[in-house]
Amino acid sequence: MARIRPIQVADDGFWDEDRPTRRTKALRYGAPVAVAGIAAGAIGLVPALASSGAPDLPKITAQQLISKMAASDQQQVSGSLKITTDLGLPTLPGGGSLAGAANDLAGEKGATASPESKLTELVSGTHTLRVAADGPDKQRVSIVENAAEYSMIHNGDQLWAYDSGSNSVFHSTAPKDAAGKRDHQRETPRDLREATPQQLAKQMLAAVDDTTEVTVDGTTRVADRDAYQLLIKPKQSASTVGSIRIAVDADNGVPLKFTLTPKSGGKAAVDVGFTKVDFGKPAAGTFDFTPPKGAKVTEDGAADHPEKGFKGRPGGATGSPGEEALSGLNVTGKGWDTIARLDDGQKAGATGDAPSAPGGDGGASSGLLGSFGKKVKGDFGSGTVFSTRLVNALMTDDGKVFVGAVDKDALVAAANKAK
Amino acid sequence: MSRAEAAGTAETNESYEAPRARPLWALALFRSELSTTFRRWRTLALLAVLAAVPVLIGVAVKIETSDGGGFGRGGGGGGGGGGDGGPAFFSQITNNGIFLVFAALAATLPVFLPMAIGVIAGDSIAGEAGPGTLRYLLVAPAGRTRLLLAKFVTIMAFCLAATLAVAIAGLATGAMLFPLGDVTLISGTSVSFGDALVRALGVAGAVALSLVGIATVGLFISTLTNSGIAAMATTVGLVVTVQILDTIPQLHAIHPYLFPHYWLSFADLLRQPVYWDQLIKNAELQGLYLAVFGSAAWARFTTKDITV
Repeated sequence: MARIRPIQVADDGFWDEDRPTRRTKALRYGAPVAVAGIAAGAIGLVPALASSGAPDLPKITAQQLISKMAASDQQQVSGSLKITTDLGLPTLPGGGSLAGAANDLAGEKGATASPESKLTELVSGTHTLRVAADGPDKQRVSIVENAAEYSMIHNGDQLWAYDSGSNSVFHSTAPKDAAGKRDHQRETPRDLREATPQQLAKQMLAAVDDTTEVTVDGTTRVADRDAYQLLIKPKQSASTVGSIRIAVDADNGVPLKFTLTPKSGGKAAVDVGFTKVDFGKPAAGTFDFTPPKGAKVTEDGAADHPEKGFKGRPGGATGSPGEEALSGLNVTGKGWDTIARLDDGQKAGATGDAPSAPGGDGGASSGLLGSFGKKVKGDFGSGTVFSTRLVNALMTDDGKVFVGAVDKDALVAAANKAK
Repeated sequence: MSRAEAAGTAETNESYEAPRARPLWALALFRSELSTTFRRWRTLALLAVLAAVPVLIGVAVKIETSDGGGFGRGGGGGGGGGGDGGPAFFSQITNNGIFLVFAALAATLPVFLPMAIGVIAGDSIAGEAGPGTLRYLLVAPAGRTRLLLAKFVTIMAFCLAATLAVAIAGLATGAMLFPLGDVTLISGTSVSFGDALVRALGVAGAVALSLVGIATVGLFISTLTNSGIAAMATTVGLVVTVQILDTIPQLHAIHPYLFPHYWLSFADLLRQPVYWDQLIKNAELQGLYLAVFGSAAWARFTTKDITV
């Protein structure tokens, strides 16, 4: 067979004129290698360049920064948030996490678009949220999912939640009369809004007292805006919370990023921050919602949704002492060392605390439950400690449960004291 | 054989008239490549199979929902990947026919579309080298770079044609079987049908763009071998392998660099406001594959000994 080489066919003067020697061959194969190398370099370098350089801002004290946050009156905001949580919840043998299991127990397999079942999804992994707000009456939060989206739209006294994946709608109206009922229903929109840096920061500042050390820790850039970093550290040694960092916009005092690092170190347990933020007025139609034809609409109250059970979750997720969630329980300790006591093991399931979620299965699962925990002994008798990266729980053999964002020894001490 | 001659004569005549002034992107070769590809029965059959997918989905959803119950849940019986209501967009098809376009694209994107692209791309060079027609193409004074470019442009045209075949068949079936009208985007915002059509066109474009990576890889593989079947099988096998890798959580570090990773980002065009992050990442990633494997294909093809 005759060999046909490029030299015989080239007439356009485009590189094809020379017989491909070994050298030109090497040169040509160099092209894809070079492209790949440049790309790899760019991928490696760009984030490094982007994150470098803390902006040069005038010095400010922690007190000034906190009052700046408190005075912030930014009503209009829209942007994208990235929320990453790694609470160290144990993984079930089947591959699902306990959070997922709790979700299944609670949420009728996601058949309704009720906000509570969605909220539990945020407790593990990385999620993208898009938020828009225009004053206290108009808010919108969307969880961006793969080819689907879960949106909550609050406009006046109307609250809509739309799950495009299952094409279902959740609707609730705040009645103008019954104040008590109104409170109860207003909780529903608040649940998701608590995931924004503003709400998290507010909760943190509410918890600031003499058990807490607050400092300004330099400056940073978040979502292309200059920001101060507020560093909050619990003074109490038993707390599992290592530190909390809040990036506060230098211009208008809006918290842009919230990072909670457990004392055990490693990755942040909760990391919520804007990746894009815009303080202009959101587009007009943003807060309008009409249920699409054929969507399944669930009215609030029509289904007996287990909202009580999940009220505690946002508090737990933020690692705040969680007084709000656990009010009505026996609470000991103060500030960061708060420990809640439940006298009945069955109630543990009702609070939705992750370690005891499978407890609903009764005795059959107690072996499984035991495999997650560690046996401890003390003056109180013996029990099992379930650990996550932030929240630890001690379940004694006589059915008492102690829960708190504190280490194991503090739980044992609390159990001893309670005896 | 005849195509080689056709391309040859066209090129030869031109080159005699204007020997040096002809630019690299002269159209004659592209035109002949395009018409030979799209006149093949194989290509037409592939397009017909792709167009049949939305018809099948539409009819299935119509039958499933005609006796009352909704689609997506309920019948799922506990499987259904917990939480979401069946495959993407399926639950909305009955309310608005235009969602059949998105559902069909989402359903064909993981397997059917890349498979069709793999067949065309894998066959492009190797399929000529196998039966020996490649040498006749190269006898024509067109140059290897130009031939490669022509092949690449043809594959790209097929990507677009394949995507549009699915989209148009989906729209036609959706319009026949289901109501049309104002569209509720996945963010819950309602837009007019005209706006939704523009978005559907954008979605088709985004899907076609998503296929650039696998098309270029297929072209590169095609330059490595003289067996068309081997090139096709390797390309299709690669599509499957890479998608499996993309689902293994332990490999999450490499996921952002796998070409199918952002394929579902086309759905971000259906958010209000449009969420560009993933779409841009997808475009960048496909561009990267185009640059790396395009230049690799060029390096291989221009230095290769064509012996058969």
